[in-house]
Amino acid sequence: MAHDNSYTGQKFQVIGNRFARPDGVDKVTGRARYGADANAPGQLVARVLRSPHAHARIKKIDTSKAEKLSGVKAVITSDDLPDLTGGNRGMTDILENCMARGRALYDGHAVAAVAAIDEQTARKALKLIKVTYQMLPHVTDVDEAMQPEAPVIHDWVFTGGMEPKPTKPSNVANRTEMGHGDVDAGFAAADVIVERSYKTEQTHQGYIEPHACLASVNPDGSAELWVTTQGPFSYRNVCAGLLGLDIAKLKVTASEIGGGFGGKTHVWAEPLALALSRKANRPVKLVMTREEVFRATGPTASTSIDVKIGAKKNGEITAATLDMRYQGGAFPGIWGMLGCMTGFACYDIKNQRSVGWDVIVNRPKVAAYRAPSAPMAAFAVESTMDIVAGEVGMDAVDFRLKNVAREGSQAPYGPIFGPIGIESALQEVKKHPQMKARLKKNQGRGVACGFWFNIGGQTCVDLNIGEDGTVNLAVGTVDVGGARSSLGMIAAEELGISYDDVKVHVADTASLGHNDTTEGSRGTFSSGMAAIFAARDAIEVLKDRAAQMLDVPRDAIVWEKGEARAKGTQYSNLPKLSLREIAAKAARTGGPIAGHNEVTADGAGVAFAAHICDVEVDPETGLTRVLRYTVIQDAGKAIHPDYVEGQFQGAAAQGIGWGLNEEYVYGEDGRLQNPGFLDYRIPVCSDLPFIDTKILEVPNPNHPYGIRGVGEASIVPPLGAIGNAIANATGVRMHHVPMSPVRVLDALDQAEASESQVSAG
Amino acid sequence: MSNAVLVSTTINGDTVEFACPADEVLLDSLRDRVGLTGVKEGCGTGDCGACSVTLDGELVCSCLVLGVEADGRAIGTVEGLTENGDLHPLQQNFIDHAALQCGICTPGFLVAAKALLDRNPNPTETEIRYALAGNLCRCTGYDKIVRAVQASAKDLRKAKKR
Amino acid sequence: MLVSLNGALRAAAGGQDSVNIEASTIRQLIERLVDRYPAMAGEVDKGIAVAIDGVVYRDDWTQRIPENAEVFLMPRIAGG
Repeated sequence: MAHDNSYTGQKFQVIGNRFARPDGVDKVTGRARYGADANAPGQLVARVLRSPHAHARIKKIDTSKAEKLSGVKAVITSDDLPDLTGGNRGMTDILENCMARGRALYDGHAVAAVAAIDEQTARKALKLIKVTYQMLPHVTDVDEAMQPEAPVIHDWVFTGGMEPKPTKPSNVANRTEMGHGDVDAGFAAADVIVERSYKTEQTHQGYIEPHACLASVNPDGSAELWVTTQGPFSYRNVCAGLLGLDIAKLKVTASEIGGGFGGKTHVWAEPLALALSRKANRPVKLVMTREEVFRATGPTASTSIDVKIGAKKNGEITAATLDMRYQGGAFPGIWGMLGCMTGFACYDIKNQRSVGWDVIVNRPKVAAYRAPSAPMAAFAVESTMDIVAGEVGMDAVDFRLKNVAREGSQAPYGPIFGPIGIESALQEVKKHPQMKARLKKNQGRGVACGFWFNIGGQTCVDLNIGEDGTVNLAVGTVDVGGARSSLGMIAAEELGISYDDVKVHVADTASLGHNDTTEGSRGTFSSGMAAIFAARDAIEVLKDRAAQMLDVPRDAIVWEKGEARAKGTQYSNLPKLSLREIAAKAARTGGPIAGHNEVTADGAGVAFAAHICDVEVDPETGLTRVLRYTVIQDAGKAIHPDYVEGQFQGAAAQGIGWGLNEEYVYGEDGRLQNPGFLDYRIPVCSDLPFIDTKILEVPNPNHPYGIRGVGEASIVPPLGAIGNAIANATGVRMHHVPMSPVRVLDALDQAEASESQVSAG
Repeated sequence: MSNAVLVSTTINGDTVEFACPADEVLLDSLRDRVGLTGVKEGCGTGDCGACSVTLDGELVCSCLVLGVEADGRAIGTVEGLTENGDLHPLQQNFIDHAALQCGICTPGFLVAAKALLDRNPNPTETEIRYALAGNLCRCTGYDKIVRAVQASAKDLRKAKKR
Repeated sequence: MLVSLNGALRAAAGGQDSVNIEASTIRQLIERLVDRYPAMAGEVDKGIAVAIDGVVYRDDWTQRIPENAEVFLMPRIAGG
């Protein structure tokens, strides 16, 4: 895509400063409205009945008593959600995940729902619904599900990507293979080969705001949905499709979002709220409880991974392979494939092969979680990189630098990289003061790298200039982390006006054309690109008007620093016209002044990160404390440094939680044991130190300002960085994430036992 | 006869009356009866702190207090932080230090931070971190939140001196 | 023009890791690919992305493919 790259490297007036965000006051005063903060007159409260079984046939659902309860206005089962998907497997899976169709596929799977005049009545009604289940054998572990004797969950799943195609159904939805070169020759040339196996447990995005929506369907087929979501347009399209509504007639308004991280890119109970509203002919408010969020939304995959890396004595990696098994919950997913695309991306490995398996188990349907699939693959690769470095006698950072990916290296998924920042990041690591800080007893330091591709996508924005010269920018990408300020800055920069004169808001689906979901670190990248083009569009109009007002030919006008000027000595006596002056006369010169842009923002720049982690491990309890943490990541161009740092720190914190504490615990009965924040332990304030950040700027040549997406890459290194730090602190290598106190203690005990065996023997 | 209990309470200094079932939690009373939606339900079990309020000056999770327990007592919510239309230094510093991203946890943090600074105007970093350990944030990693609280402690001590 | 196929797509092209196709836009490339390998239609439906000289295009099928470009086909990716 031939962008005007002249902006890259140019001196910016507004970009790069740290302005206050436009939604800040609302959020610190409690005025901001999130998913559960909307109400409608006459609204009903919805509650969902969920399967307590991991796998069961639903023989009968008797809703008669519930329907008769005073105050209950609608009860639905899958009978109220006819299959309108026309054979589109992806949509059928969503439909079935929203509500079970004859079979409960996981503990928490919705089987029925009610709408009643208040919460108490709704809960009473749930108790009156009688479901007759016939238990079926279940499987929740990814490796167990691949065994021939495992219960096969779907009889229509035949492993894709296998030649010849299997004739028997299994729980393996897909096999993906990627790579290049000749790994056998590569391993044959290696002096040192390290093979290890790792496991990572399932985690949840853990957003503090549960899913919530207010749905209102009218008898004429029009409907409104107020919902907390990362993608109002996607939700609109999916809900309209599932309910048989016209897309244009379903208006979805995104509330402020209380965290998403990928978990709010898919619908969960929203179609149920719409179906209840349609049946009851009244607005329906549906707010999930925290327990429902854990049991019945979209956590990330749990995995089982084998790595093999071979290297010469001089540290050059000659071959590497990954075999990665990801469970996608009760429906086929693409997680194994994503793992293949990212596993070796930080390194230039001429002979590599990654195989990814997508496995089905009786767990909730996995959704994306910030750089989906990459953290697990990176844990395996980064842990093994340290082991290989040790075997060839090289420093861990130098070993990575020796094999680092650069412009011209081939990515695991095929294309050749353009300019990228991982080498700079590692060099920054080497220079960083944390690397020289003294470590005490039981303390250790670990380094790890991470990669995420980032995406662009369909985007449109509207830029409207008011009579007083202040500007409204309407965007279609939900603001998950402060992007409204960055987008305002971009518009101000292009127009040459003050940041304070621009007000950004997120529009509803009736007001703008389709915008893809805020995911894949695309919010600022895509909407920023569209904002630039919309501003330039508006500038053309401003120049037209200025030419009129100054009575000069159109091509004599230039736009500089927020003003129109007639260039040429013959016009030197004419005044410059500010945006404000032109806007004031807009009614007389042609009407409202606006700029508009629809763009499919492609060319998203990949992002690399390198982290440094210092830990202290208590040998008596196995508790690991993070003492010091540094994130170094390439942002291309940091529009608002505070919010770029915020993304780095937040992603790192999630990775630390994932690495040390967070996991879904399933019982023998296939039920989730810890669906709450007490036992699903995310990091709290006292767990973490200040998280240092260093923003690198290797411009993305495919964006007018060089922007790269920043939100995801820094969740990728922490698991490996912590594993390496623990290994350096204790001499013991962890293979199972989270590296909780119990697991660390076990590993320490085992190491001690085998040591004493050795010395005794 | 109604099952609801009449509650007479003071919220942010104002007298407020509402009726609620005896088993309703204060969180729901504040949001649904009084219309103060600054408190948020993140978990309903006292683990996340998004529903933090002060009850007679003590920091509590409003999801663990019954609405009827507010009778005759004083509640403090995030809505009560502004004074005469001016943002409290904590609120201003949270904005200035980018201590919020999605903002859902922010009301709870502001109430908890104010409760801390009211009793300890010069807390160490460790004291701040432990005082705020009952408030979960998933977006920020807490770094900028702690810095905002440190800056606010400084601002408040300075203001007191004048 | 040599078009390399990401491992996930090779099965649909009879197991080959690259194919020779002439095309001046992404749309043309995909149409001709599906013509030659009908199984590719399934992959296209699931979502396909095209990398031209290292830059990934997920949506814009009007994108021109310059002569001598390095072209790579792979599954369409999302994020979180």
